[in-house]
Amino acid sequence: MLVEFAMQHAWLVPLLPACAFVVIVFLTRPWQKLSAIVAVGSMAMSCVIATLAAYGIFTNHEYIEKPLVYATRWFSLGLPGMPDLLVEVGVQLDPVSAMMMFMVSFIATFIYLYSIGYMEGEEGFSVFFSYLSLFGASMLLLVISSNLLQMFIAWELVGLCSYLLIGFYTHKVSAREAAKKAFVTCRIADFGLLLGLLSLQIIFGTLNLVELSDKIAHFEEYTTFGMITLIAVLVFIGPIGKSGQFPLHVWLPDAMEGPTPVSALIHAATMVVAGVYLVARTMFLFHEVPSAMQLVAVTGGFTAFFAATIAITQREIKRILAYSTVSQIGYMMLALGVGSLSAGLFHMWTHAFFKALMFLGAGSVLHALHHKADVWEMGGLVKKMPITAWTFVVGGLAIAGIPPFAGFWSKDEILVAALGGGHYVLFALAAFTAFLTAFYMWRMIFLAFFGEENPENHPHESPWVMTLPLVVLAAGAISVGWLGTPWHNIWGEWIRFGHPHHGPINYGAMIGSIVLAAAGIYLAYTLYLKDAKKKRARRMAEWFGPVYRMLYNKYYIDELYLWFNHALVDGTARLFYLFDIYVVDGIVNGIGAFARFSGDGLRVFQSGRLQNYVLVFFLGVLAVAVLMAFSGPSATSLLLGGVK
Amino acid sequence: MPEISLTHYVVLSALLFSIGLFGVLTKRNAVAVLICIELMLNAVNINLVAFSKYITPADFIGQIFSIFVITVAAAEVGVGLAIIIAIYRNRLSVNLDDFDWLKW
Repeated sequence: MLVEFAMQHAWLVPLLPACAFVVIVFLTRPWQKLSAIVAVGSMAMSCVIATLAAYGIFTNHEYIEKPLVYATRWFSLGLPGMPDLLVEVGVQLDPVSAMMMFMVSFIATFIYLYSIGYMEGEEGFSVFFSYLSLFGASMLLLVISSNLLQMFIAWELVGLCSYLLIGFYTHKVSAREAAKKAFVTCRIADFGLLLGLLSLQIIFGTLNLVELSDKIAHFEEYTTFGMITLIAVLVFIGPIGKSGQFPLHVWLPDAMEGPTPVSALIHAATMVVAGVYLVARTMFLFHEVPSAMQLVAVTGGFTAFFAATIAITQREIKRILAYSTVSQIGYMMLALGVGSLSAGLFHMWTHAFFKALMFLGAGSVLHALHHKADVWEMGGLVKKMPITAWTFVVGGLAIAGIPPFAGFWSKDEILVAALGGGHYVLFALAAFTAFLTAFYMWRMIFLAFFGEENPENHPHESPWVMTLPLVVLAAGAISVGWLGTPWHNIWGEWIRFGHPHHGPINYGAMIGSIVLAAAGIYLAYTLYLKDAKKKRARRMAEWFGPVYRMLYNKYYIDELYLWFNHALVDGTARLFYLFDIYVVDGIVNGIGAFARFSGDGLRVFQSGRLQNYVLVFFLGVLAVAVLMAFSGPSATSLLLGGVK
Repeated sequence: MPEISLTHYVVLSALLFSIGLFGVLTKRNAVAVLICIELMLNAVNINLVAFSKYITPADFIGQIFSIFVITVAAAEVGVGLAIIIAIYRNRLSVNLDDFDWLKW
């Protein structure tokens, strides 16, 4: 009964946080505790409804092939000579959206709870919770959208929330700049997505996901292969920006200027994977275009490797995590690109838990150390902050890919999918990235939590509202991967595109990835823990001097963009400036000067002498009279203005 | 002695008009110019009456029109003289050559 209710009223899931946003903004803002309770309570209720609805979906196999859609007309436009434009709003429930809805609301609930402790005593406490609620509402709306227009609206809304929350510390210049950068970068990408969606609407006449997937299955009736390829690429530009893929990844590391719960919720677990989710939702489109799939896979694989190499050299704890996020999303894209929706979303699912956990752990550390972010200045935190440290270790094991932690199973799925699809280069790249991931994560863990204590620090364990989410998410980071073990892949049965995939279990890849992860951790151990003075680490940095500097400066991508901006955008602007000064102003001033000079010339005729005027007047009359006398009647008529 | 025809009237009128015009263009005295304008107006009146009599004798359009002209001319002289007196009070002159300050 309850399950039925939840499934029919899934629209309540985004609506409750939206109501919380309104209530906090207009009513409870002066009372901080009450605002927090409203936000957390509404999200918890959403989570309950989402869980029940997901339960309903996951107990009936019918919904895999036939999503449950509740949609209603929002508005329709009819123009003469054109097909009517019908815009719907609706809820689409199938295993993919149900999983995502559950994941978002579950993680959001705990991160809201954590925020109560983290944001305590901060200015704008209630405002922060109103933004969080708005974000939760938008993200859940995105997830359950039944059509792409609604999804796009939610997509822009989460972008707005991201902007607001990155720039939450408005007194910090760097935060404001980072917010602006995130917004502008995402706008560039969203423009591509918008063009793609418009093309879909124009060609297929609908943005409804179910109808679209039916129509695109035989797109030859509507359009050419070239056009559908173009659309797929345009649609993919959106996820490149939103999910921080190369070359539009630059905003995501800077987004760490926001409060840490924001980084955990928006820039690790939910919003940045919206791109992955969009590609998964529009898989029917990408599936038709092998070259677009190839693009997704290569972008993902390259980004995974590229971001991992940067993460090796970074010093700030959240920055390392940010590059790790970019890298892991690259993995997801890689999985989608090689055709395994199941593996891609599985990694998204496990990543949401362990990465949210690690960000919250990092937040706990920053909270204790009063925002001292450099991992080299930490050390030995495990003694003073046992819960934070050990849950962080769980996260580290999960992301490194050590069984039985969650990350192992999903990463293994991706590697197997890449190998199974015959993408050997991408497989090698992904496997090497797995090694790098284990290395940089454990570098950070060893430096921050183990080794000698830094006497300048006086850390203390965080309050229960912060440690409880850590423990819950750590439990998730251990266990959520068991849904998709190769022996009994429940996940792949439910969340898939096309038929479920049953390959032989690839023990080689499995053992290989364990060995790589262990090797990465061991290397980090020898360099950063066993060697207490870190001599070898320093020597290695010196050996690889130019490479090290390049990685530390993030391949100079930001500088490249700045240069590009300076050279091209400013250069063009200067060109237009000169055009404006000399051509546009020249024309305007020229007209003025012409009037002045001609006036100067003509004013001699205005003598002020009455009789001169009379003479001229009389001569004019005489001329008219002569003309009338010597020419025909038509000229006369013309002269007199048409008088006959 | 030949009969007086339309041509005579028109020639008289043209002469009168030309004399008036000559006066308007050459006289320096504003009052003389006004009088010359009266000459021109009366030349027109002669024209109107003559054409009316020889071309449309049944109607009195020309005659009535010339009465209008006389009326308007009377009003015009009144206003014109008033302006001249006003200027004279201001400038102590009725010489048109002195009245050239209405220019740039």
